[in-house]
Amino acid sequence: MTEMVKGYNFAFIDEYAKREIRRKVLKAVSIPGYQVPFGSRELPIARGWGTGGLQITLSLIGQKDILKIIDQGSDDSVNAVNIKRFIEATTGVFITSDTLKATIIQTRHRIPEEELGDDQILVLQVPYPEPLRIVEPEEKETRRMHAEMDYAKIWVFLYENIVKWKEITIGARYPVMVAGRYIMDPSPIPRYDVPRLNNARTLYLFGAGREKRIYAVPPFTEVKPLEFEDHRFRIENFKGKACELCASTDTFLDEIILDDKRMYTCSDTSFCKKRGNNPRVLKYIDRNQQ
Amino acid sequence: MGYVAAKGGREAILNAEELVDYFRLKGESLPLSVKAIKEQFRLACDKVMSEGALYAPELAALALKQAEGDTIEASFLLRAYRSTLPRISYSEPVDTEEMSVVRRISSAFKDIPGGQILGPTRDYIQRLLRFDLLEEKEKKMTTYIEEGKLEQKVPKVINLLREEGLLPQPAVSHIRNKTPETFALDTECQRLSNGVKSEEEPYDITRYALVFPLPRSGVLQAMARGEEGGMMAIAYSSMRGYGDTHPTLAELRVGHVFLKIKHPITGKTVKVGEVLVTEAEVIAGKPTQAGEEVPQFTLGYSLVFGHNERKAICMAMLDITMKAQETKHPAEDQEFVICHIDSIESGGFTAHWKLPHYVTFQSDLDRLRKIQKEKGFKLEADTLRKK
Repeated sequence: MTEMVKGYNFAFIDEYAKREIRRKVLKAVSIPGYQVPFGSRELPIARGWGTGGLQITLSLIGQKDILKIIDQGSDDSVNAVNIKRFIEATTGVFITSDTLKATIIQTRHRIPEEELGDDQILVLQVPYPEPLRIVEPEEKETRRMHAEMDYAKIWVFLYENIVKWKEITIGARYPVMVAGRYIMDPSPIPRYDVPRLNNARTLYLFGAGREKRIYAVPPFTEVKPLEFEDHRFRIENFKGKACELCASTDTFLDEIILDDKRMYTCSDTSFCKKRGNNPRVLKYIDRNQQ
Repeated sequence: MGYVAAKGGREAILNAEELVDYFRLKGESLPLSVKAIKEQFRLACDKVMSEGALYAPELAALALKQAEGDTIEASFLLRAYRSTLPRISYSEPVDTEEMSVVRRISSAFKDIPGGQILGPTRDYIQRLLRFDLLEEKEKKMTTYIEEGKLEQKVPKVINLLREEGLLPQPAVSHIRNKTPETFALDTECQRLSNGVKSEEEPYDITRYALVFPLPRSGVLQAMARGEEGGMMAIAYSSMRGYGDTHPTLAELRVGHVFLKIKHPITGKTVKVGEVLVTEAEVIAGKPTQAGEEVPQFTLGYSLVFGHNERKAICMAMLDITMKAQETKHPAEDQEFVICHIDSIESGGFTAHWKLPHYVTFQSDLDRLRKIQKEKGFKLEADTLRKK
C-alpha cells in the first residue's frame, strides 16, 4: 500500500469544495443528462487525465469505501495506477480490482463487463461533455440548443454521414438521448457499452474537470442511442473472434498486433481473469439465484 | 516497460519518478537553492505565480526547481497546491495609484506627472550574450545592492484623461454576492446600457464554471491567470491583421501594492501582505459612442501578478478586442479567447493524448472497416502486406 502523504486533507480537496461537488451531483441526478456547471478544482493530476471523475470520487469517498479504478478496462494501466496511488495516498481506502466488490468504480472509456448493482456508483471520466460540440463550437449556442431541445443539427449530421459514408462515422462517444429530454455524451465508451446505460440498476456519474461539468444517469433511466428507423444503432463487430486468454466471445475485445498475427483479448482485465478461472462466470446478475 | 497491458504499471511509474530526479541531478552540479531561484529567476517565478494563480514566491521557486525550469509544469504544481487551500476571504479592491512604483512608463505623452521611470528594463539593452556572466563575481553583486530601491508613489495617466472626458468613468453595479444567475442579470443590464461596469463582488471563476457572456470581472480573472504565450498569440493576431487594434499604452506600471482584507471580527480594513504586480492601461485609438452619449476612447485594462509586461500588455489588448460590438475575428470572441488561454487546461489536455486510447481507437477501426466494405473496397490486411 502506498504511504499516506502528510499535510493534506482527507481525499485532498477541501471540505467546502467537496460539499459543492456533492450538491452539483445531486442536481445532476435530479435532471438526468443535463450538464451541471461546477467550480472545478485543479488537482495534482493533469487536466484531461480524469480530473472531473476524480473530483466526484474524492467528494463521495469515505473511509469505508472500496475503490476500483480502470482505464480502457484495465486495472493496471499506467493512468489507472497513477490515480489509484493518489487516492490511496490521500485517503488510505481499500482498493480492489474485483468489479463486484467495489463500492465506487472510476473509469475511463469503459463500463465493466459485469453487471453493477444498486449499491455501486460508476464514475466516468469525461473529456468532452458536450455532445453537440461536433456540430456547434460555441458553448452559449449549445446551451441554448439544449434548453430549447433544438437538436436538428446533430440529426442532420448523422443523416449526412449515412448519405456520404453509408454508415455513421462516430466510433466511441456515441450520443444518447436521456429520459427523452437531453442528448448526452456518454464519454468515450465504445458503442458496445452504450446499451448498458439504459435502465441500469446503478448510478452513473460523469465528470468533466477541464470543461467543468457534472452530469448523471440515475438508476432505471431510459438511455437511447440516436438512431433512425431505417438505420439502426450498431455496436462494434467482433464476430468470429474470441479472447485468447479466457475464450470469451461475449466481451469487448482489444485488438493486439503481434509480429505475425492479430490477437484479441478482453479489454476488461479483471473479468477476463475471472473467466479464465471459471468459464461459467456470468456477466449478468442471475435473478433466479437471488 | 508496460505502458498498459500486463501487470507492472505501478513499478514502471515508480521507476519513471526516480529517473526524473536522476536526470535532474546527474550532471553533479550542486542542487539549486530555492532562494537562488526565487531571486535570480525572478521573472520565471513571477510567470509561475501568475499562471499558477497563487502569489507565493517561495513555492513558485520550489515548483520551478521541481519542474526543471518548465514554467507550465511549475504553474500546474502551484495551481494544484492552490486547490488544497480553503477560501477564507476576498481582498479589498486595490487602488493602484497608491502603488510603490518600481517602473512606470507612458507612450501616450512625452512627459507625465511623476515622470517616466524606466526602472529595471531590458527594452533598451542590446541583446548581446554577456560572456562576463559565465563567471560572475560576488564583489560586483554587493556594489549593486548598495544602490538601493527605487520606489515612489505617482499619479495615474488615465485619471487625467478621465477628467477631460476622453475616457468613460468607471461605473458600479449594485448586485452583491454574485452567483451565475444574478451575474447573468447584471451582464444583461451592462449589455443594454452599453457601458463598461465594474462589480462590487467579483465573479469567482475558481468557484463557478465559466458562463458566456462572462462578466468582466470573470474575464479579467481568467486572463490574469492565462498563459503568456497563448494570450500573446491571440493578441498578436489582432495587432497583425485579424482585427484592427492599434492601441496606445496610456500607462504601464510595475510595483508593490498592499493586500488588504476586512478583519473578520472588527470589520476594519487591515493589511495582510504586499504583492508585486504589473498593470497596463491601453487605449484603443478609435473613438466609440454609446447611443447619444459623447464619443470616447475605449480602455483596456490588465493587472497581473509579478513583473510581466508582455502578458500585461496582451491582456489589456484582449480586454479591448473582446469589447467589439461584432465578432469578426478570433481575438474579439470572448468565448474563444477565454477558453483557450489557460495552460493548465490546454497543457493537460494536450498531454492526455499520450494516454492509451485503444478502446476508442477500436471503435474507430470498426467504423472505418465497415465503411470501406460498404463502399466496395476490400483492403484485407494480408493483401496490403503483400504489396
